[in-house]
Amino acid sequence: MPSLKDLKNRIASVKATQKITKAMKMVAAAKLRRAQEAAEAARPYSQRMSAVLSNIAQAVGGDADAPLLMTGNGKDQTHLLVVCTAERGLCGGFNGQIARFARDHVRKLLAQGKTVKIICVGKKGFDILRREFASLIIDRVDLREVKKISFENADAIGHKIISLFEKGEFDVCTLFYSEFKSVISQIPTGLQLIPAATPEGASADQGAIYEYEPDAGEILSDLIPRNISVQVFRALLENVAGEMGAKMSAMDNATRNAGEMINKLTLSYNRQRQAQITKELIEIISGAEAL
Amino acid sequence: MADFNFELVSPERLLLSERVTEVVIPATEGEMTVMANHAPTMTTLKPGVVTVKGTDGKITRYVVFGGFADILPTGCTLLAESAVSSEEFDSASLEKRIAAVRAQIDENHHSDEHVTRLEHFLGELTQLNEIVVAF
Repeated sequence: MPSLKDLKNRIASVKATQKITKAMKMVAAAKLRRAQEAAEAARPYSQRMSAVLSNIAQAVGGDADAPLLMTGNGKDQTHLLVVCTAERGLCGGFNGQIARFARDHVRKLLAQGKTVKIICVGKKGFDILRREFASLIIDRVDLREVKKISFENADAIGHKIISLFEKGEFDVCTLFYSEFKSVISQIPTGLQLIPAATPEGASADQGAIYEYEPDAGEILSDLIPRNISVQVFRALLENVAGEMGAKMSAMDNATRNAGEMINKLTLSYNRQRQAQITKELIEIISGAEAL
Repeated sequence: MADFNFELVSPERLLLSERVTEVVIPATEGEMTVMANHAPTMTTLKPGVVTVKGTDGKITRYVVFGGFADILPTGCTLLAESAVSSEEFDSASLEKRIAAVRAQIDENHHSDEHVTRLEHFLGELTQLNEIVVAF
């Protein structure tokens, strides 16, 4: 049975923890809003990009000289997985979810006899995947120093992927990230980057006959690497928003738990205090009676 | 004068969306002035300055680093890899870019074709640097 003093200390420490989690929740909420705004602001670009891309892809059609980045090199042996996670923990199951999703994918590919290579973006995913697939991880990207993810960060990752592809290091590239559905729900997603899943011609009715300068093929080969960077950028932004959402709800839960704990502890503290008072009274009374 | 809708978009945000009468774009194969009812054209951009002339005749300039433009008779959308208005532009960031490209050329494990492309890009950047200094 803990003494009164122990209980008192315990209550004080839980209260301090509650204060911290509450503050972290507030910070996450503010960051979430900013991350959502960033994701929102990036949307027009990626939307136009895919519209233009599907337009040109149609113009180029089934041309044999369509860039390899789009059609792939026809093989399906070596897979590159780019796993994007957060840099920090304390955000519930957010990182674990993505890592688990990627791990299942790796296992499936390995069972099919494929070769797998992994690039980790973010520290947490690296920590989790390292346990099982240390030999498969060929690179990791550290974004810890980055306060606000800019397009350059994504572009650097995009270039890395493309130069690996040009060296023939892999055949198929898949990007893993967490799609931001809402504050309480983030869904781990795999998106195939190379060969690009062909954008189906929803915009076929735009129908304008474009003049291309330089010709369509050249624009396309300029556009596709850029599109990869844009996809990575979008994934990173969604990840940040998701991380903040997950952190917010995790910290909210922690604050609530701390509150419950404080209630319980206070109850037993009071009970013990009263028991002690009663005990002291009995001692005094029985002492007086004995006289 | 007839005006049309012009949009300047960078991956991070929508910089500009308004009615304008005239836009000069640094297309890869030479500068190009877009006015209302331009034939549908798709072109890539080189690093350079975009000059926008608004309906009130006011001229604003933006510095862009590559990207592409989608021109329709009804409007023009410019997707720039990175864009800043000329007032906010600081030449230090440009010099950093130039240094980065130089470093890439010096690494010398790239294919010849890639190096040629980089050198070309470097040339365009240095040229842009001169233009910007002249502002």
